[in-house]
Amino acid sequence: MNATTYRTCPRSGLQFESQAEKLMMVNAVTAVVALLVGGILAIGVVLTRWPAVHWLAADTFYMVLTAHGIDMLIFWIIFFEVAVLYFCSSTLLRCRLATPKFAWLAFALMLIGAVTNNVAVFQGGSSVMMTSYVPMMAAPAFYLGLILFAVGALIACFVFFGTLVIARRDRTYQGSVPLVTFGAITAAIIAVFTITSGAIILIPTFLMSVGVIQSVDALVYRTIWWAFGHSSQQINVAAHISIWYAVAAIAFGAKPMSERVSRGAFLLYILFLQLASAHHLLADPGLSTSWKVVNTSYFMYFAVLASMIHGLTIPGAIEVAQRQKGFNNGLFEWLRKAPWDNPVFSGMFIALIGFGFLGGISGVMMGTEQLNMIIHNTVYVPGHFHATVVIGTTLSFMALTYFLIPVLFRREMINPGLAKWQPYLFGLSMYAFVLVMMGAGTLGVSRRHWDMAFSGSAMAYEWPGAAYLLMGLVGISGIAAIAGGAIYIYITVGSLLWGRRLDEGARSPKFTPIPRTAPTLAAQTYGSAGFAAPGTFALAMVFLVSFVLYYFINWKYLSQVWGLS
Amino acid sequence: MSAILPPAERLWWKHPLDRVEGTWIVISLIWCLIMFAMMVGWHVYGRQNLSTETYKTTPDLFTKKTQAMVDKYTVRTETDQKIPVVAPPPGSDVYLIARLWAFWPILELEKDKTYRLHLTAMDYNHGFSLQPANINIQVVPGYEHVVTVTPNKAGTYSIVCNEFCGINHHTMVSRLYVK
Repeated sequence: MNATTYRTCPRSGLQFESQAEKLMMVNAVTAVVALLVGGILAIGVVLTRWPAVHWLAADTFYMVLTAHGIDMLIFWIIFFEVAVLYFCSSTLLRCRLATPKFAWLAFALMLIGAVTNNVAVFQGGSSVMMTSYVPMMAAPAFYLGLILFAVGALIACFVFFGTLVIARRDRTYQGSVPLVTFGAITAAIIAVFTITSGAIILIPTFLMSVGVIQSVDALVYRTIWWAFGHSSQQINVAAHISIWYAVAAIAFGAKPMSERVSRGAFLLYILFLQLASAHHLLADPGLSTSWKVVNTSYFMYFAVLASMIHGLTIPGAIEVAQRQKGFNNGLFEWLRKAPWDNPVFSGMFIALIGFGFLGGISGVMMGTEQLNMIIHNTVYVPGHFHATVVIGTTLSFMALTYFLIPVLFRREMINPGLAKWQPYLFGLSMYAFVLVMMGAGTLGVSRRHWDMAFSGSAMAYEWPGAAYLLMGLVGISGIAAIAGGAIYIYITVGSLLWGRRLDEGARSPKFTPIPRTAPTLAAQTYGSAGFAAPGTFALAMVFLVSFVLYYFINWKYLSQVWGLS
Repeated sequence: MSAILPPAERLWWKHPLDRVEGTWIVISLIWCLIMFAMMVGWHVYGRQNLSTETYKTTPDLFTKKTQAMVDKYTVRTETDQKIPVVAPPPGSDVYLIARLWAFWPILELEKDKTYRLHLTAMDYNHGFSLQPANINIQVVPGYEHVVTVTPNKAGTYSIVCNEFCGINHHTMVSRLYVK
């Protein structure tokens, strides 16, 4: 019915429908622009929190911090995720995109919303932080921008669901959708829940800002806002884990060890992941202990179980693929001989390890009801979420971009030598950044705080010298990470502008269905002790030991503070 | 077959489980249940659990109660603003107001004695961050949170506001004495 064409990429064999392709490009490019803005703002944040530099004035700092949070956590990530959703539906299922006009409307609303919100913040009257807790009020345009963006993102989710229906109806594939698409469906389901929660609380807050309603309860706001604020990070988890599976498939031809296990883990996400909004409310009054305990643990840590499963099955799938290629010596030959100079792989792997060891372990620790009291609202919190959202999500998106530049944008990457190093510079300096931040948080240093010297106060608290040292290191490692981010933007934007154009491949007015996948015979000739992936299992045990030790060290620490009951 | 292609077996939920995965799932599940038991068990055996006793309140009501305590138990004043230092008897109800950009009054408690500490915010959200003990509690306007505290070490503590509350947030810091 629609006059559209399908292009088969000669480099990857993927098939791009022309409408979907254009939409993926604009959403991805807009995302990178948001990342650029957020990255510039990050300079202001880290150079102010570095005590020896203490660069910006207080009002500018809080404005910059508000904009940095929103541009990174919401705009950069969700624009990119919309591109990923279209990729996982239209491209992986080889069908046309549903209702492209609505997809453009979604993009327009998101863009207008993002610009409106940013303008409101930079006018200076809306330095309320990303969380905008009532009764502190921002300008009406601040909330309006977020609401428009959310409506746009919601439409994009439904375009994604519609595209799945089209693929089913047109029989572009047989059997079940690919695992990566399954993960994207998980992300989109969580997104619908998330965005709806955001609308439920931001609409009354907007009405309050224009004077239509009198007040919004501070605790109700916090409870519902976090159903949006934390769950939106769960969209990212589902999205970047899907990307890890995709990268394992693209870089190694790895197949999932077990479709049942990986998909079952995604199902656990759908069922339990959103309960995590409780993580932000553990130190709050008014909520019952049982509510806190059940929610903060994702019922009984079932979403943690799911993440631990993905953390094993993805490297496990890579290990199996590598062993089948003959890298079968010892425990770790498969890993040593991995393509470490390919930024698609190295970015993904650095993201996976950092997300698990730094983001995952710290997240479970701080999400424990009682342990939360020793880190709530300290810089430990941004330390944790920079491990999940920057090392986990952002670095995964960067890795995927290096794959998309030739495949989707049809450009040769400029400066591949620099691209080879980018994931290491960005990823490892972020590792350092989050570690020193968590260290300072353990000493109690507050987040969202302009001056740890409390200048102008009669009763200033003197932080230990180590806290100053760690916050200085936050500044240094932060600047290194920003340099890594700048290189990513230079390579991405530069490749789009000046990269050599590549052959776009054959166009056809009709889609080519995905051929039936031939079943593979499982004659296992690798591994040891009946373990297909012994190296991965060894790594998983290292992870478990670190997890257990760190968890109980914090209980020990808690047991020494004041009695509270 | 790969993760970006449909699975070969049409019924993916019948896909066999590898031994690595099965073992890891069992280990992970056990660990998850241990963590859950730890959190529940600490409520029974642990001594650091945040109370959830909460009442709705208003700035007027809470100020009245705080003022009554200040009138009764003030032992001295500190700083240019003459902030009262209050030493209520052990076991009593003690009140702490968080407002832009100060805590009021200054509390003086006794070591190893238990107090019912009432917290509220007069205007925006604030944070109660007790340093260097590093106990952090959210202070929400409209709600009176009653936390039972038992200081276990004498000394001069600081209370830092660690919830962003506007331009002078960084000056919102007070003291707490434990004798």
